[in-house]
Amino acid sequence: MMSSFWSIWITVLTIVVIAGCFILLFVVSKNTTGVEEGKSMGHSFDGIEEINNPLPKWWSYMFYITIIFGVVYLAAYPGLGNFKGFLGWSSSNQSIGTDKGIKEDSAAAVELAEKEHRWVQYDQEVVKANAKYSPIFEAYLATPLEELVKNEEALKVGGRLFLQNCAQCHGSDARGSKGFPNLTDGDWLYGGDLATIKTTIMNGRHGMMPPKGGLPIEDSELKGLAEYVVKLSGRDHDEALAAQGQASFMKGCFACHGMDGTGNKFMGAPNLTDNTWLYGGSRGVIQESIKNGRSGVMPAWKDVLGEEKVHVIAAYVYSLSNK
Amino acid sequence: MKFNHEIVEKNIGLLGIFTVIAISIGGLVQITPLLFQKDTTEPVNGLRPYSALELEGRDIYIREGCVGCHSQMIRPLRAETERYGHYSVAGESVWDHPFLWGSKRTGPDLARVGGRYSDKWHEVHLLDPRAVVPQSNMPAFPWLAENVLDGELTAKKMEVFRGFGVPYSQEDIDNAKNAVEGKTEMQALIAYLQSLGHALK
Repeated sequence: MMSSFWSIWITVLTIVVIAGCFILLFVVSKNTTGVEEGKSMGHSFDGIEEINNPLPKWWSYMFYITIIFGVVYLAAYPGLGNFKGFLGWSSSNQSIGTDKGIKEDSAAAVELAEKEHRWVQYDQEVVKANAKYSPIFEAYLATPLEELVKNEEALKVGGRLFLQNCAQCHGSDARGSKGFPNLTDGDWLYGGDLATIKTTIMNGRHGMMPPKGGLPIEDSELKGLAEYVVKLSGRDHDEALAAQGQASFMKGCFACHGMDGTGNKFMGAPNLTDNTWLYGGSRGVIQESIKNGRSGVMPAWKDVLGEEKVHVIAAYVYSLSNK
Repeated sequence: MKFNHEIVEKNIGLLGIFTVIAISIGGLVQITPLLFQKDTTEPVNGLRPYSALELEGRDIYIREGCVGCHSQMIRPLRAETERYGHYSVAGESVWDHPFLWGSKRTGPDLARVGGRYSDKWHEVHLLDPRAVVPQSNMPAFPWLAENVLDGELTAKKMEVFRGFGVPYSQEDIDNAKNAVEGKTEMQALIAYLQSLGHALK
């Protein structure tokens, strides 16, 4: 809603221009030149002579019709400042609800939105959608996750939500890519039970491996450390080099990754013994990971999607590795 | 009186004045009132100016033509707000000069992309979009990781924006070079992207 000054400003200008067009058209339709129609106006330029011809009738009639249309339109529809028009139509108030219950909800929403100067049509859309979808999501949310994973329909909904919101990082097949965890392999940084998956999606996760674990580790020790990690994951390794690496590991890596290297799900410290690699398991990449640290970030979705949707997505993600 | 269009036709100055009057009326009716509306001139609660690094990132966003394929304008339609979040309001753009609403969505709307993905994701995605989104037809921007900002003009830019009414403090401007110098264009662009939509989620 604009102030009455600007409303009057728009109204006056619009009316003056329309009236001005009408007057101009009316005046130039009259022959005020003193020259008979069809006769020369008395000057020529390069042999081209100006003849006093009237405006074409079809053109001036069209112009009159346009003016009449404009006046009728401005009377019927909003256009003149704050004037709402006789039809009461509004671009933001086109009812989309047809069933009774929704219409009543809309009326309240319309009133509220009008009071707050918000988009009315949008509110109606939302009210209508909520009437349709909220009961479904509320029912899902009221279902414990253990039950929900058996609900094929819920999993389909979860799959759609996953494709729209999660696939950008984890891939449309949920197999992830370098730095973005595979959700189908049953290996979990923070835990793969239903409640933990939901917590992870709701609040996000922030990996916190600082460069060299924040420990006094020299660059010269990286080779040995990587060899020790290769040993932990049960692959062929150089025993002597790995032993050096183990000594470095004992400088503090165990604090997060555990004495036996099996990791710590509370901190999201990966298990180094299972040969599943988020950034790659080659000696070179392992060295790089130790040297520069890794801090993968999973954004929090609580505020973006809301708990109802996260609940369903959690069930879907769980179902990927628990058929 | 003999009505004489000859006067207007043979007097170029008069013709010019009448032309300007005629073509300015549409603007006077449609544009001027908006310049004095609270809805379009006051920042929404929670809006903060772009930091020095974000401001540089915004310039890179403009330079690389991101606006040609990505809008920053979520319309008040439920289908859009389901996907992108709360619809965009004018009060979020009051400090954007020029605004980058865009009009083309080859890629998704970015008005609220901030916080949706990790910094790392943006880095991987800008270096090679196909690495994370196989169907993407977005070009790669590998040079962003190589170009380093010197921050020579950052303070100047912030001063210009302060002239537009963006509330930068003298401290912000004094620290601008330090905040930016040595950062890559990649870091700046990601900082900008992560700031988008911060005022209203």
